[in-house]
Amino acid sequence: MNRFRFVMEEVWQGISRSITLTIALVATFAISLSLLGVSLLVGSQVNEMKDYWFDRVEVSIFLCTAGSDTPSCANGPASEEQKSQIRTDLEAMQPLVAEIFFESQQDAYNRFIERFKSSPISANVTPDQLPESFRIKLSNPEEFTTVVNKFLSRPGIEAVRDQRATLSKLFSVLGGLQALSLGFAAAMLVVTSLLVGNTIRVTAYARRREIGIMRLVGASKMALRLPFLLEAIFGALLGGLIAAGILSFVKGYLVDQVIATSFTFTSFFGWDAVISASLICIGSGTMLAFITAWFGIARHLKV
Amino acid sequence: MIKFENVTMAYRKDGHPALDDVSFQIDDGEFVFLVGQSGAGKSTILRLLIKEETAQSGNVLIDEVNIGKLKEKDVPKLRRNIGMVFQDFRLLPEKTVAENVAFALQVLNKSHEEIRQTVPAVLDLVGLLDKANRKPEQLSGGEQQRVAIARALVNRPAILMADEPSGNLDPDTTVEIMRLLDQINKAGTTVIMATHDAGIVDQMRKRVIEITNGAIVRDQIQGGYGYS
Repeated sequence: MNRFRFVMEEVWQGISRSITLTIALVATFAISLSLLGVSLLVGSQVNEMKDYWFDRVEVSIFLCTAGSDTPSCANGPASEEQKSQIRTDLEAMQPLVAEIFFESQQDAYNRFIERFKSSPISANVTPDQLPESFRIKLSNPEEFTTVVNKFLSRPGIEAVRDQRATLSKLFSVLGGLQALSLGFAAAMLVVTSLLVGNTIRVTAYARRREIGIMRLVGASKMALRLPFLLEAIFGALLGGLIAAGILSFVKGYLVDQVIATSFTFTSFFGWDAVISASLICIGSGTMLAFITAWFGIARHLKV
Repeated sequence: MIKFENVTMAYRKDGHPALDDVSFQIDDGEFVFLVGQSGAGKSTILRLLIKEETAQSGNVLIDEVNIGKLKEKDVPKLRRNIGMVFQDFRLLPEKTVAENVAFALQVLNKSHEEIRQTVPAVLDLVGLLDKANRKPEQLSGGEQQRVAIARALVNRPAILMADEPSGNLDPDTTVEIMRLLDQINKAGTTVIMATHDAGIVDQMRKRVIEITNGAIVRDQIQGGYGYS
């Protein structure tokens, strides 16, 4: 206990003697770890949206209408035989095809009107302009091409579309954002580790008398290093806690109060993602502090 | 027992050696002066004994342990057995006398109980018990040096080494410090003192090892400085 108090006093002296440097250390840890945390949250959000959307996406087989001009629609609108043949073929593809739903022109029209009710475009659309379609849910969305190959360019079918392809673009944008913030976080963590090294150099200089005496009376390597390690870890922990606070703010206010109210089409990451991102931030920050401090000390302290 | 066997030491490989084929032996409980001009090699001998430096050739032995071959992790153990005092005292200005002495025990992880008992005892020995709560700046030079000696002794080392301990002190104060070192020596501690203060050496009539340009030119029981 006495030992602990003594070391803590030494650490506190180190911190208070170079208070501006300590603030800089804590601030850079807070910023770089926040960036890391945000990129982790973006990752959670991408996964969350994938789960949400891939559950709902379907493959759509659009049938020919009177106005279709693709070669497979040369014979005009899809005939009843063609439709029943498609349905039979789809049913034969179970269990890959999990659900089949036929959307008539009237169904398509109703959906269209619902979706674009505030847009003037809805006034000019009539049911016969919209294609009939089979909406299919796949048990394994990855096997989309099997369905495409079977139905594409068959007479009476205008197009086969996977909604996943549309979503993939969105996800690749989000993935890019995540990579970008990860890149910033990595760059900031490099800056942070340089600052840890510099802090140790300054602290070693400020404590040179103590260190000299400690070496002289035979303090162990660990006793010499401990105050430095603790100072760096203190900076990382405090910075990590601030980052955790920022992540909580992002979730509790930005996401739940602001973004979620205007984007109702998707769900958002939960508090579990915030907690695990915070733990990763605090953990990796502490590790970084420990490692850079350990090697930084080796450069400035000889036994 | 301290033994130097044909020790040669140069700070720069191409430079003039600070010690050139030096051999001597100091028995337990001896009081030895290392004399010679500045740069003669006195401090180098002390630095080799606490492994601040390592000799290029020859052996430095303390109680049959070859200091030059000591592993890094064993160096602290070596230093715990050697007390060290310097011309510039090297006290921590923001700590009190008692805290300065206690610091040497705290960094060695000693118990609160041990610190509470040992520090006043060693301050009593150096005659500073009544000034335990003063800061170094409130003490005279001689008193500061006595704090440094107390700190060097508090861990009960077998050897006390002093590098020009009287360099910053007036003659009267120097006599006090020498009396203290003599007293410590009589209690069984080996004392090695590097100095170029001829007055003290003549007065004390102890063993003198004189070094010139890195070589021993005189090793005399109960010598004086320069003449015999």
